[in-house]
Amino acid sequence: MKSVIPVLTVVVAILGFWLLAVIPMNMHLVADQAQREGMLVEPDTPAVRQEIGGIGLALRNPDLIPLTYQFKRPRLPSPQQVAGEMFDTIFAKKVTSKRSLVYHGWVTLAPTLLGFAIGTGLGILLAVGIVYSRVMDRSVMPWAIVSQTIPILALAPMVIVVLGSMGIQGLFPKSLIAAYLSFFPVVVGMVKGLRSPSAMQLDLLRTYNASDTQSFWALRLPASAPYLFASLKIGISASLVGTIVAELPTGARAGFGARMLVGDQYGQPLVSWAALFAAALTAAALVGLFSAIERVTLRRMGMGAA
Amino acid sequence: MSDLQNVISARGLDLTFQTNDGPVHALKGVDLDIKQGDFVSFIGPSGCGKTTFLRVMADLEQPTGGEITVNGVSPRAAREARAYGYVFQGAGLYPWRTIGGNIRLPLEIMGVPKAEHADRVARVLELVELSGFENKFPWQLSGGMQQRASIARALSFNADLLLMDEPFGALDEIVRDHLNEQLLKLWERTEKTIAFVTHSIPEAVYLSTKIVVMSPRPGRITDVIESTLPKERPLEIRETPEFLAIAHRVREGLRAGHADE
Repeated sequence: MKSVIPVLTVVVAILGFWLLAVIPMNMHLVADQAQREGMLVEPDTPAVRQEIGGIGLALRNPDLIPLTYQFKRPRLPSPQQVAGEMFDTIFAKKVTSKRSLVYHGWVTLAPTLLGFAIGTGLGILLAVGIVYSRVMDRSVMPWAIVSQTIPILALAPMVIVVLGSMGIQGLFPKSLIAAYLSFFPVVVGMVKGLRSPSAMQLDLLRTYNASDTQSFWALRLPASAPYLFASLKIGISASLVGTIVAELPTGARAGFGARMLVGDQYGQPLVSWAALFAAALTAAALVGLFSAIERVTLRRMGMGAA
Repeated sequence: MSDLQNVISARGLDLTFQTNDGPVHALKGVDLDIKQGDFVSFIGPSGCGKTTFLRVMADLEQPTGGEITVNGVSPRAAREARAYGYVFQGAGLYPWRTIGGNIRLPLEIMGVPKAEHADRVARVLELVELSGFENKFPWQLSGGMQQRASIARALSFNADLLLMDEPFGALDEIVRDHLNEQLLKLWERTEKTIAFVTHSIPEAVYLSTKIVVMSPRPGRITDVIESTLPKERPLEIRETPEFLAIAHRVREGLRAGHADE
């Protein structure tokens, strides 16, 4: 709870900057529109106005400033416009409507969760293999690292198109991209976690003549819990990014990615911005959910005080 | 080869570690017998091989020469038979297990029937005077209490041999005195054989029936002192001339080891 005030301070600073930026960003558009509607604008030709900056134009036409906050197709929408659009598309529309952000959110969330589950499962399995097998340690780890150097933006369309040509569409291809992004932090975290027991803790089990399986369940796995949670929080947000990226280049009709693209292509910045913020809030909620699970689990494991 | 009375029997034991700076002779030509019911302390400066020797007994290190038996068999066979309890320098309790859970750990791994767990945990907790702390987590206990819990853990599976590697090394003097007293009582009650590594002369003299003085480079035994102190030892015994005489001999042994260099 101590972090509330610093976080709020940052939010207020960003909002302030945003509010200020709206004026010069939209000033020229507002001025052109106002002139068309017969208002007096200084200077009075668009070409001359282009010569001066947004701030200069705002200073010469102070009475136009309020209009920059409610311009219909702004370059930069104001916070209240984005909030209004979000309220409208989240609460006021029926969930089944194609304009409902809840609908689009679910279209994105479902593959995110599926991909995250696949990625986490795969990541844990690979980590166990890497820790217990020298061969896998040498062979898998370098490839896991290389896999993350391939730009996902280049890879995603190929995967989607190839799978699409095989008749696989919808949820699964997007999940695959999400899994591709989320398995890596899980592998890295779990390898570190499974190797975190000290030599003394391992020696102790040796004096009990414990088998590898027993030391895995009794020592390595519980010792890796804090590392796993750190990885899960990175993995779930990576999954969401992966799903959105998978929606962008392929003409998907639904999902946050599709909304962002549609807003861009059809000159509806509000749609893009609302989708962007909804995606960010979804990511925050998912990370928050895992933080809560982490807190409860580690406390029950007696590690909450650390 | 060893007579059955000997819990530990070492003959000409060598252990050489190969390091980047050349071979390190951690143990060279070590001969020693530990009898059933002995309390044997190993004392010496760092690098004298006292911990290495203990780890060889526990099959945590492999000797490069000589012979050693534990309960008449190889250390490996003894480890597989779960013949000893090992207490490390740090308590090494698993933070995600309660004190009771930590003590149950060896029982679970060794497949002791679940029905016996509660009794055994209660018994060993009573032995180390930690009754009532079963459901606490390690971080809720002081360092001394954690170390006692780790001793309880080593006692829980009824091994007759207890190997202790500077178990009280990280604790302050007052706690240490108290734990030494408790350990003696525990040894008397359980009649275990204890091999105890320390670098404190008073601790070694106070606890032991036999003190093994070691010196480094190469790690070897320079003196073996049979204690003449009675079995009943109040803390005040440390001020008696007899005690001081033994302590003096230990100190001389340590000094002789250093003079060789």
